[in-house]
Parts: sequence; C-alpha cells; structure tokens
Amino acid sequence: MAQATLVAEQRRALPSNLIWGIVAVVAVIATFYFYGTRPAVTTAILASALRQATPLVLGALSGLYCERSGVINIGIEGMMLVGAFVAFLTNVYTANLFLATVVGVASGVLTGLLHAFLSVTIKMDQIISGTIINILALELTGFFYQAGLTTQGKLTPVAIPLLSDIPLIGPVLFNNPPITYLSIILVIVTHILLFRTVWGLRTRAVGEHPRAADTVGIDVIRTRYINVMLGGALAGLAGAYLTLEAVGSFERAMTNGRGFVALAVMIFGKWTPLGAWGAALLFGLANALQTQAQFSNFDAIPHQFVGMLPYILTIVVLAGFVGRAHPPAAIGQPYDKE
Amino acid sequence: MPYAQITPALTQLTKLIKLAHEATMTQQPPPPAPPVLELRGITKRFPGVLANDNVDLELHKGEILALLGENGAGKSTLMNVIYGLYRPDEGEVMVNGEAVDFGDPGEAIERGIGMVHQHFMLVPTLTVAENIMLGREITRGPFLDQATARQRILDLSEQYGLRVNPDAYVRDISVGAQQRAEIVKALFRGADILILDEPTAVLTPQEADDLFKVIRNLVAQGKSIIFISHKLREVLALSDRVDVLRHGRIVGDIATKDATREILASMMVGRDVNLVVEKGPADPQEVVLQVDGLRVKDDRGLMAVDDLSLTVRAGEILGVAGVQGNGQTELVEAIVGLRHVEGGTVRIAERDVTNAKPRTITELGVAHIPEDRQHDGMVGSYSIADNLVLNSYYLKPFATGMVMNDEVINEQATQLVEKFDVRTPSIRTAAGDLSGGNQQKVIVAREFSRDVKLIVAAQPTRGIDVGSIEFIHTQLVHLRDEGAGVLLVSAELDEILALADRIAVVFHGHVIETLSRDEATRDKLGLLMAGVSETQSNEGVG
Ligand SMILES: Nc1ncnc2c1ncn2[C@@H]1O[C@H](COP(=O)(O)OP(=O)(O)OP(=O)(O)O)[C@@H](O)[C@H]1O
Ligand SMILES: [Mg+2]
Repeated sequence: MAQATLVAEQRRALPSNLIWGIVAVVAVIATFYFYGTRPAVTTAILASALRQATPLVLGALSGLYCERSGVINIGIEGMMLVGAFVAFLTNVYTANLFLATVVGVASGVLTGLLHAFLSVTIKMDQIISGTIINILALELTGFFYQAGLTTQGKLTPVAIPLLSDIPLIGPVLFNNPPITYLSIILVIVTHILLFRTVWGLRTRAVGEHPRAADTVGIDVIRTRYINVMLGGALAGLAGAYLTLEAVGSFERAMTNGRGFVALAVMIFGKWTPLGAWGAALLFGLANALQTQAQFSNFDAIPHQFVGMLPYILTIVVLAGFVGRAHPPAAIGQPYDKE
Repeated sequence: MPYAQITPALTQLTKLIKLAHEATMTQQPPPPAPPVLELRGITKRFPGVLANDNVDLELHKGEILALLGENGAGKSTLMNVIYGLYRPDEGEVMVNGEAVDFGDPGEAIERGIGMVHQHFMLVPTLTVAENIMLGREITRGPFLDQATARQRILDLSEQYGLRVNPDAYVRDISVGAQQRAEIVKALFRGADILILDEPTAVLTPQEADDLFKVIRNLVAQGKSIIFISHKLREVLALSDRVDVLRHGRIVGDIATKDATREILASMMVGRDVNLVVEKGPADPQEVVLQVDGLRVKDDRGLMAVDDLSLTVRAGEILGVAGVQGNGQTELVEAIVGLRHVEGGTVRIAERDVTNAKPRTITELGVAHIPEDRQHDGMVGSYSIADNLVLNSYYLKPFATGMVMNDEVINEQATQLVEKFDVRTPSIRTAAGDLSGGNQQKVIVAREFSRDVKLIVAAQPTRGIDVGSIEFIHTQLVHLRDEGAGVLLVSAELDEILALADRIAVVFHGHVIETLSRDEATRDKLGLLMAGVSETQSNEGVG
C-alpha cells in the first residue's frame, strides 16, 4: 500500500516538473524586467535573498546528514545557537575570524556527539534528545552571555575578479562573504557525497533499512555517529555565519527559529541537498522581498501581514507544488542488533 | 618405432603403474577433508526463550543440507548465529576446520558465508546493483563505479543462471526477482557456503523450480548449501541430507534417500501428521461476496485486474488459482478496501462496498489474511496481545469508551496464543520478535477469532510448518461449515486442491474459467493457468 501511494505520488510529480519549468522561466523574465526598470533594488533583493538563504541551507544540510542515516534532528536550532555563541566568544578573545569559525564548527560537532550519544547509544526518543539540545543551548548561552562584549571584525564580502563585474549576476553571486560561498560549495559537495560515493550509499542504506545494512557488514551505530556529528558541524557553521558574517555580534536566542525553518526547508527539499538549496533560496527571496517592502513605505498592507509573506509562501508552495515527500524509512527508530 | 621395441617398454610401464597403485592402496587413506562448516554445542537464548539448545551440525563440501523444524524451532536463529548476526551464548562455529568467532556479518562474509534471509534484506529505495554491492562497493577514485559493478553482476547472473536487472529499483521488482538479487548479492561477496532461509515461501511453483536449477548449478560449481523449507516435497526433491530441529535441539539427522514425507513430518512435530484435509461436501447458501466487472490498477499504474467477476457464497470455499502476478494481490486489496477500484463493483453481504473504507468492510464481518504479513498484517513493535485486537480494540469488550480494557485484551490473547499454538515466551512479546511462522499464526488467530461472514485469505499458510498447516486448514473448513464464505488465494496448487469447493482460475486479471472441485485436475488447472481455456483453444487462440 505504501508502495502504491509512493508510485502514484511520483507519477503526479511529473507534471510538477513542468510547473517548475514554467516557474523558472517566469522568474527569469521577471528578474530581467525588474532589473531593467529598477536595477539597484533588484540587485539588492537578490543578493539579500542569497545571504538569507545561507543559514537555512546550512541548517537543512545539517538535518539531512542526520536524517539520511535515520536520526531525526530537531536540535538544529540549538546546535546553531551553540555554534554562534562559541564562534562569537572565540572571536572576542582572539580576534581571529578563521579560528572563530573553526571553533564554532567544532562546538557543533560536540553538540552532534551529544545528540548521537543520547539517541543512538542510550536510544532515547530522538525528538526528546533534540529538544534537550535546544533547551540546553538556549539556557547555557543565555547564562554565559555577558552584555557589552563586541566582536573584533566581521567576515566581509570577497569580490571574485572579473566574474563580479558581470552586471546583476556579478554582485549577486560573486561578491559574497566566505561562509556564503562555502555554503554553495557544500550543497554541491553533499550532493556528490550522498549519491556518488561509498559513504553516501551506506548512509542511505542505514537510513532506509539498517538491518539490511548490518547484514552486509556495515556498522550502523558508527555510521550514525559520524553523520550526526557532521550534521552538528554544519549547524555550527550556520551559527558562525550568524555571528561572524551576518550580524557581527551575539544576542540571546539570536537564531530566532532559523533552525526550525531549516528543518522545514530540508523536508521541502525532499531530503536532497539541491532541493533544500532551492527551498532555502525561495524562502530567502520571500524574506528579502518582505524586508524591501517594509523599507519602501509600502503601507497598503499592514507590515505584520507583509512579515508573514515568507511563511505563507512556504506553506503555499509546500502544499501546492511539492508532492508528499518520503522521509528515510528508518527515521526515528533506534537500532537494536538482536 | 618397431613393435618389438614397444612391447617390453609397455610391460614395464604397466608394472610401474601397478606398483604405484598398490602403494597408494596400502597407504593410509588421506584424512577426509573437514566439513566446510561445523557447529559444536551451539546454545542461544533470548529473554524467556531457549532458541538453540546445544546444537551440533555439519555441512560438507558440495552438499545440500535441508534444515526442517516447526515454527519457532530455532532455525533462523541458528542461521543468524552462523552468519554472525547473533553471538552464541555457548558453543563453537568452525569453518573449514578452523574455529571462528564472528563479531558481525562482515566477518562471516569474509570467511565465505552468504545468507538469504527469511525476510529479505534489500533496501527498497536503492537499485539492484547498489544493493548487491552495498558493503563491498567497487570504486574508481573516490566515486562508486556503477559500470564495473553492473558488469560483474551481469557476469555472475550469466554464470549461475540468475536473471537480474541491475538498474531496477528493488521496490519495483517481484519477490522472485528480489530473491535472485539476494543470491547474486551473496555470490558477489564470494560466498562458498550459502544459507537459504525459506527461499521458496514467497515463490511461485515455477520460480521455485528455477531456484532449484540455480541451487543445483551452485553445488555443481563447488558451493555448499543449507536450505530451510516447510515444504516436504521440496526437501525430498532437492537435498542430500536432512537435519530436524525441535524446541531448539537437533532431533534427527537422516539421509534424504531414506526419508519420506511421513517420516519427516513426524520427526518435526513429534506425532503423526495428517497430510490430507478431511472435509465434507459444501452446503452453499446466500451470496456473501459478489464481484462484478472489477478493474483495479497495480503499483505501476497498469490494469492488473481487468473485468473480473466472481461470487462467493456462505458455506463454501472458492479457491483462486493462477500464476502469481495475474492480479490476485490487487483483487484481494480491492475487496478489503486497501486499493482503489477503477471500475466495477464489490458487494459484500448485499452491500455495495466499492471503494469503502477498510474499517467499514471489516465491520461488515470480513476477515483478511494479507499476503505480506509484516507490511499489512501486523505492527511489529506492538505486543502480541495488542496485535490480536488490531481491528477490534475500539469495540466492546476490548474498550469502554476511550479506555482500552487491558484485562480483557490479555485474557483473549492468552486464549488465542494457546489455541493457535503461537510459540512465544509471553503475550507481551513484540510480534516482530516472533519467528516468521508464529507471526503468521498471530494474524490467523486474530482474523479467525472474530465473528466473520467472509474470509479473504491470501497465502494463509505461507511459511507455516506442516503441523500448523493442518490446524489452519481444519479451522478454515470448520469456519466454512459454520457458514462463512471463504475466498482463498494461494500460489500452492496443493492447498487449493485440498480446500476449495470451486476453483476460479485467473489469467491476466480476469477469471478465464471456474471449475467445480470434481472437474479440477492438476493438468487442467495447469493449462488454464497458462491461459489456455477450452473455449479459447477451440478458436485456436492461446
Ligand atoms: N530477536 C529476537 N528476540 C527475542 N526472541 C526471538 C528473537 N528471534 C527469535 N526469537 C525467538 O526464538 C525462537 C526461535 O525463533 P526462530 O526465528 O529461530 O524460529 P524458526 O525456526 O526460524 O521458525 P519459522 O519457521 O517460523 O521461521 C522463537 O521462540 C522466537 O520467538
Ligand atoms: Mg525462520
């Protein structure tokens, strides 16, 4: 029966490819049209969309690494927050942006390790384990945060010679700060890892049918540990992005729900890196439009409603265009050998 | 050379050969090669269960050893011990005379052991090739080398006569094809000892015959096989030797040439088994199931059931015979409300239930024994007691309002476990931890214990031992005599012939002929199943 619905879903998904094609063409035409009439605003919106998408796509990749191996990660929010805080502190005390990023990522690995220990070894309910991480991260970073600390410097845009001179595309794609570039590279790398390498094949097997993986000698527990820690690293990087690249300082609870939006972005992208990237960009664009609308004295609609735009857009697209997604089959179940 | 010179040379040579021959004759015969696999005193316990009790077993090179035993006797457990999935609590496994202690299946694979599990171990969302190379991936640089893997799979497929399509997704292929993929998977890992745990339970008779050819081929190429089956006919036809397991202990070891069905059956069960069902003539009453012009699509969107009509009356068993894949699965799912009906009608007890909800249909008094027990028949992580009320938990006396009545549920579970001989340490054991045949018994117990008008049974005795088959068959006949209508879908012609009062033969999604039991012979059914009906053959079609 599940198979029946799955196949039916795929068949229904076919015309949706067509819809996506039409959407893409319309988007390109619209972009050129707006660029022709108001070049500065259009460029600003698109550049902002890309940057807003960065923490989301990193968070979504974090979820993807975990869930593809069968471990639910609703702790992305907390992992991000820890990464943001640790990266911030490192930067405050060392003034070294690179070191701060690396330490932020490392702190994400450690929260990942905690999540793996709780959900894989102790076999705690994975949702609860993730929730513990969220609460711990919020309380601990809040407790240790001292007001008045300021970062020393910020990751700034690096223009890529020649490419950044192309009109529209140049400023949008080739004049970005390092973690934004890195996030695009990570999307592509993750895609290749997942679908072209031994690691990816084993990860997918472990997430779908751990017992089958076990019977061919794959260490399910180890695979899950590695993946959850990698997921932690990506969430840590997303956190570092927030403090070191986007804001330049730390505030209490500064992730502000981005970890949860990232989770939605991952599902929206059907547990694939490229899908998640598309979803994150869409969400980023909606956010950028919304910000722009608030700046430009656009008061036909109360700003509260404009602020809802990204979420409404997500719901509409999720419900309307994207067929039901199928999570990895073994998700949420701890693995028992006997 | 002149003849005269050759003769003495020849006599000389003959002498030499004679001498050499005598020398070898008088010499100690070379020590016999150790068995390729030997178990010594294997004991394995689960909480509350002694699954294997001091088991000794030997497998020799090029031998086909059949392992027989009741459901829950410990066959799969023993095989999992050999394969390194379970660690024995006591005892030793020896491969080629050398003691081994496998920490995980990877190490067993390393020593040339391959296993095809009772419930297949394939990842549905991966392709056949990906499944086969999983854990033993072929790479070029950092990347998977699908092309080389594909070629090696096709080579193996050719060498052993196992048809597989490396590019198909496992979720899209038939069980027979999945099975072949599993065997290729073991061979791909260089298995010399191949364990096949109930490989024929899910196969059609034709597929089973093909499998036997493959197995003989494997043995001819030097492999050794352990083969588990509940079908005595297969065991007698295929194996060289039979070991019988009962309550975790080896209770018999017999050369196949000395065995008969009766001997094997009584060794297994510990009593004489009646291999023939006793039943009186049917007394058909009012219609309980009326299917008219039914059209149903399969998973691939093709019309699997096409203009099918049949009638089942109260008090009779209608057998549906046919080569698997002729729409039987879809027919059953459509009747019980699990699959969308594209056209035609299904009426149960005078009510139109076309595309009705499964619960509506269940509440009309329909019992369903699904073909895929783990997928459609039970919730593996729930207890046996809960599984036994899976379609009545919300009704009195199992619930009062919103609250479930554990006492009543447990009491009924205790009774059913006893009556249906489910081998389990407790009624709170998770159904998924039961042996395959005992899982089936839980489902049968649940469905047969309700007040039913119509029983839709798809492969009801799949994976069940001879003793329990006897019991289930008797129960089916008993329910018929009490006035239930039975739609029996089975890939076993023997089962159909033993139970059915009338037989509908399906071919390409519709009934090509319905015979009374008296008219039906194996040959006639065989022809019909191949699509040759009398009316058609007269017109020269088929
Ligand atoms: N993982 C497990 N946890 C607990 N008990 C188990 C587990 N696996 C098997 N058992 C128990 O061990 C006993 C032997 O089971 P096993 O699966 O080996 O039987 P089997 O001979 O293969 O039967 P069948 O013919 O029905 O497949 C049964 O009583 C079963 O309930
Ligand atoms: Mg078994």
